[in-house]
Amino acid sequence: MTATVPSRPAADPTAESAPRPATPAGRGRSRAGRQLHGGPVTYAVLILFTAGSLFPLVWTAIAASRTNTRLAGTPPPFWFGGNLARNLDIAWHDANMGAALLNTAVVAGTIAAGTVLFSTVAGFAFAKLRFRFKNALLLLTIGTMMVPPQLSVVPLYMTIAELRWTDQLQAVILPTLVSAFGVFFMRQYLLQALPSELVEAARMDGAGSLRIIWHVVFPAARPAMAVLGMLTFVQAWNDFFWPVIALTQNGSPTVQVALTGLGRGYIPDQSVIMAGALLGTLPLLIAFVLFGKQIVGGIMQGAVKG
Amino acid sequence: MTALTAARAPAEERRRARRARRHRRATRWSPYAFIAPFFLFFAAFGLFPLLYTGWASLHRVELTDPTHMEWAGLHNYSRLWDDEFFWNALRNTFTIGVISTVPQLLMALGLAHLLNYRLRGSMFFRVAILTPYATSVAAATLVFVLLFGRDYGMVNWALGLLGFDGIDWQNGTWTSQLAVSTIVIWRWTGYNALIYLAAMQAVPGDLYESAALDGASRRQQFRHVTIPSLRPTILFTVVVSTIGATQLFGEPLLFNGSAGATGGADHQYQTLGLYLYEQGWVNLHLGRASAIAWTMFLILLLIGAVNWLIGRRLRKSR
Repeated sequence: MTATVPSRPAADPTAESAPRPATPAGRGRSRAGRQLHGGPVTYAVLILFTAGSLFPLVWTAIAASRTNTRLAGTPPPFWFGGNLARNLDIAWHDANMGAALLNTAVVAGTIAAGTVLFSTVAGFAFAKLRFRFKNALLLLTIGTMMVPPQLSVVPLYMTIAELRWTDQLQAVILPTLVSAFGVFFMRQYLLQALPSELVEAARMDGAGSLRIIWHVVFPAARPAMAVLGMLTFVQAWNDFFWPVIALTQNGSPTVQVALTGLGRGYIPDQSVIMAGALLGTLPLLIAFVLFGKQIVGGIMQGAVKG
Repeated sequence: MTALTAARAPAEERRRARRARRHRRATRWSPYAFIAPFFLFFAAFGLFPLLYTGWASLHRVELTDPTHMEWAGLHNYSRLWDDEFFWNALRNTFTIGVISTVPQLLMALGLAHLLNYRLRGSMFFRVAILTPYATSVAAATLVFVLLFGRDYGMVNWALGLLGFDGIDWQNGTWTSQLAVSTIVIWRWTGYNALIYLAAMQAVPGDLYESAALDGASRRQQFRHVTIPSLRPTILFTVVVSTIGATQLFGEPLLFNGSAGATGGADHQYQTLGLYLYEQGWVNLHLGRASAIAWTMFLILLLIGAVNWLIGRRLRKSR
């Protein structure tokens, strides 16, 4: 498998091209011969998909603002009620969501920072330096990229049991602190974003390895580092399988572990469960509103092609 | 004057030699220093557990004392072979995988095609269809459990409006698998659409131009230019979705509400991932869980081999 190189800003697929006057028909052929204007049907279908994508989230908020009794009624509520504050309060305190949000912020933040740092440095070595076993090591890294987490969960559990790390945050941080995908992603980016002459010149000037990393590699890698950081943060925030095994609802849960406890009847009030789901999702939704364009761009740039 | 330069020259020479030596040393060893932190973690938490799972699968290991291992040979595997719940989980993983992956990728392809038009607010559409990706498995499943509720769920209410009887989504085999698949489809369609869109934008424009000159309609252009150019990407998304389907866990776990890891009263939507969890962390047999993990690995290798063969044939046919 080969991967597309995360493109340089010039070829940013998210960049909106300059608006051109629409032809009278509204969907004439553009000069590129390819990008046609969308017609009413296109818009209708897209709006339908958008509604389908957003509806469950909006309805989570609606259900979280109602009472449990109202949710057990027909027809289901379609608009907000006045119970949101109460439900959020119960979810925050009784269902441990407050602590869980803090834990998850720590976990996802550390994992994102670690992944970006280690991936950039290792990706730089794989992209620009020559050393023995380089190709073999790269192949090993890529080869395990698609191995599901289930495959290593038993030994991991044995390890954290031995170290007495069960229910401690490092049990979920350390195993995911580095990512093979991250190394590959940064390598692909630096291959073309960082001119080799620049590294050579810095070396000739007597710059040590750390200074090269800090003054040459990091500035060149910054856009890709931001993208990798955001994608890793989202992934770490939503990670489910391993945290559910390593942490417990009443110890130091991440958001997902706390939600699992809610779903298992820890609190039987459906409107409170929805308030918990809302709390757990809200931080990422806010991030999407703020950085949506960059995240979309990152996914499109990182799109790996067979 | 000449004496002075003569004196300076060797010093300059020495400095240069020292710098060159340091340079050589740096080029030689610094790459290993750069990759060392990554490989340290990668070896400890990525490679070692992967291999050790295979070793653990040949032992009796109980969750109550996870560091105590007792040799069991292939017992865990033969026990799996005779376990009807293993085959049930394998079957469910396959059917849920098909029900969730095929419509998901087809819709994503269509969606990407639409997003590839010149649109007003195209970035809004892209971000909006990606929001389900920001929603965690847990949050999404909890909402869908309510939406698919038998008595008060919105889906049954809508069916009632259309004159249909309410469906007991959770207790039927097909209905529960359909509901679980819906969660997967909802979360991943937008993501895959963006991947396809990226690939579509990379198709050279003159391919379409010459197709148009040959009198190809837009539908024909889609079939004969877009789809063939997207083949590698489609193959890639099929592989990734297949791997994702093989490890499906959170959706079937939480779709069952408080009833645990059985995947429904009749195990009707228990997947391999959930079965592994049940064996290891409910029934406390870590050795058996390892055997399930390695069986999943073998299945993935098989899928990988098939994928490679298909990819080779596609390349040859071109």
